[in-house]
Amino acid sequence: MIGRRLIGAIPVLLGISFIVFLLMHLAPGDPVYLLLGENATPEDVARVRHEWGLDEPLAMQYWQFISRAMVGDFGRSLKFGEPVMKLVLERLPATIELATISLIVAILISIPIGVYSAVKRDTLVDHAGTSMALIGVSLPNFWLGIMLIYFLGGRWNLLPVAGRIEYGLEVQAITGFYLLDSLLMGNMAAFWSAVKHLLMPAITLGTALAAIVTRITRSSVLEMMRQDYVMTARAKGLSERAVIWRHILRNALITVVTILGLQLGALLNGSVITETVFSYPGIGDLLIQSISARDYRLTQVLILFFGVIYFAVNLLVDVVYTFIDPRIKL
Amino acid sequence: MRRFRYFKVFAGGMILVGLIVCGVAAPMIAPYDPQEQRLEARLQPPAWAGGAAARYWLGTDNLGRDILSRIIYGSRISLLVGATTVILAGLLGCILGGVAGYFGKGVDELVSKVTEIFLAFPFLLLAIALMAFLGQGVVNIILALMMSRWVQYCRVVRGEVLSLKERDFITAARALGAKDFYILLRHIAPNTLPSVTVVATFAMAIVIISEASLSFLGLGVPAYIPTWGSMLSEGRSYMTRAPWLTIFPGLAIFITVFGINLLGDGLRDLFDPKLQRQ
Repeated sequence: MIGRRLIGAIPVLLGISFIVFLLMHLAPGDPVYLLLGENATPEDVARVRHEWGLDEPLAMQYWQFISRAMVGDFGRSLKFGEPVMKLVLERLPATIELATISLIVAILISIPIGVYSAVKRDTLVDHAGTSMALIGVSLPNFWLGIMLIYFLGGRWNLLPVAGRIEYGLEVQAITGFYLLDSLLMGNMAAFWSAVKHLLMPAITLGTALAAIVTRITRSSVLEMMRQDYVMTARAKGLSERAVIWRHILRNALITVVTILGLQLGALLNGSVITETVFSYPGIGDLLIQSISARDYRLTQVLILFFGVIYFAVNLLVDVVYTFIDPRIKL
Repeated sequence: MRRFRYFKVFAGGMILVGLIVCGVAAPMIAPYDPQEQRLEARLQPPAWAGGAAARYWLGTDNLGRDILSRIIYGSRISLLVGATTVILAGLLGCILGGVAGYFGKGVDELVSKVTEIFLAFPFLLLAIALMAFLGQGVVNIILALMMSRWVQYCRVVRGEVLSLKERDFITAARALGAKDFYILLRHIAPNTLPSVTVVATFAMAIVIISEASLSFLGLGVPAYIPTWGSMLSEGRSYMTRAPWLTIFPGLAIFITVFGINLLGDGLRDLFDPKLQRQ
């Protein structure tokens, strides 16, 4: 079953790469000038046109693009002068770290509120919970980020407003995740600095997700509360707390986990904006930098990267789901 | 409970109507020309916050332009991009979803594969990617958002059509000799309207936030057109001196999106028979 799902993924991956490949041809003007900039010499233009196969038919060009993508050879970035792959891999841990912390923030906020709202259905608590969720989905995260910077960073001076770590502190790169690396090295000053730098971006990025998960938790707990096994649990004389946390929540979480997985796309979307607002050096920030520097090659690779990561995670969620809930077949 | 649903629809609807009125009647409502620069009145705080010149309700920006007028004019872009994208993406998605669901087989497989590919990109990222290569512009932004948004309609409509086409009234229509396209248009389409309306409402909210996000990132409409996103982006540099440059455009986005989401929520509750039975 899983094998069939994986084979089914191949055409989709090809489709993703084809769209990303076509992007370059969407832009007005000659792609070679887009790659080299307007001031390129005719020799350079001819060399790159041949090197990148841009003098070949479109199908051939696409084949070359895929072949290069397979081995991770995307050439050098115009803006940074370094291999594109190296740039992306260097910054990837920062984005993963931010996304993970945001996910934790979102879970910590949303699941208690969601459960409580459902249990206290149609009371003031429930209305407050659902209203908060509605506010959460409606808040533009770049505005939320700016407001946090203004109040927490500027006015009250509680948290640092940009970057990953305090200037002057060094973290030896082992995994690339500052939190993990600083802990491994026993460097607590760096650890706390990294935590402080992550807080505001994580709240900014996690809010919308928290709002969505609150709603899903609420509705899924409500649905579970109507099931027969809940009545059985109550009839056995279990305490309300045991019924809710041990019976209802465990089953409700199946839906919540799926939604969390599927919402990773929202985190990737949001990471671009959040990283830009907080000048946080992840791949989202790199994407916007590459776009404003018109470094099209880097942009193209980053978009491909985002697409493939998102797709792979969704696939993983599908597969994991069959283990959590054996009733589901792919 | 039912009364609360009507309240949501009413309150959300009023906010949406407010946006439409602002957009359509901007020249009549706005106290100033949104482009007019008054360098002697740069960075004036809002009138009620002790602004020296009580003439500017929400203050002025770094070029002395009236923030309130710019927000009122900014609603035009949100409205234009929001409505056009929702309609165009809706048309594309509904047609493809309807055809895929109704005819099934090869058509359905093809449409489903294409949908899957588009869904493989996080929504805003696809729009960012398209804008990065297409360049700034109102038409481009509508195109980019439409290309990233049609999929939701397509999936919902396909699902609805799949179940509708098995219903007796469709068999009856077919027995009477109705042609496929007649059935699709006359019998199936009206029945998908409630779900499409709900999808469209939420899509409008998402599109408005996305347009603001793209403009904030400098990938939206050209800089000379006032939009909420670009106002926020310009105001960032003056955040400590003049926080009103970022507070009010953000509030405008928030209230609008909140209203539309409220409307969508209310409509979904009203149209959802499962909820009505409870």
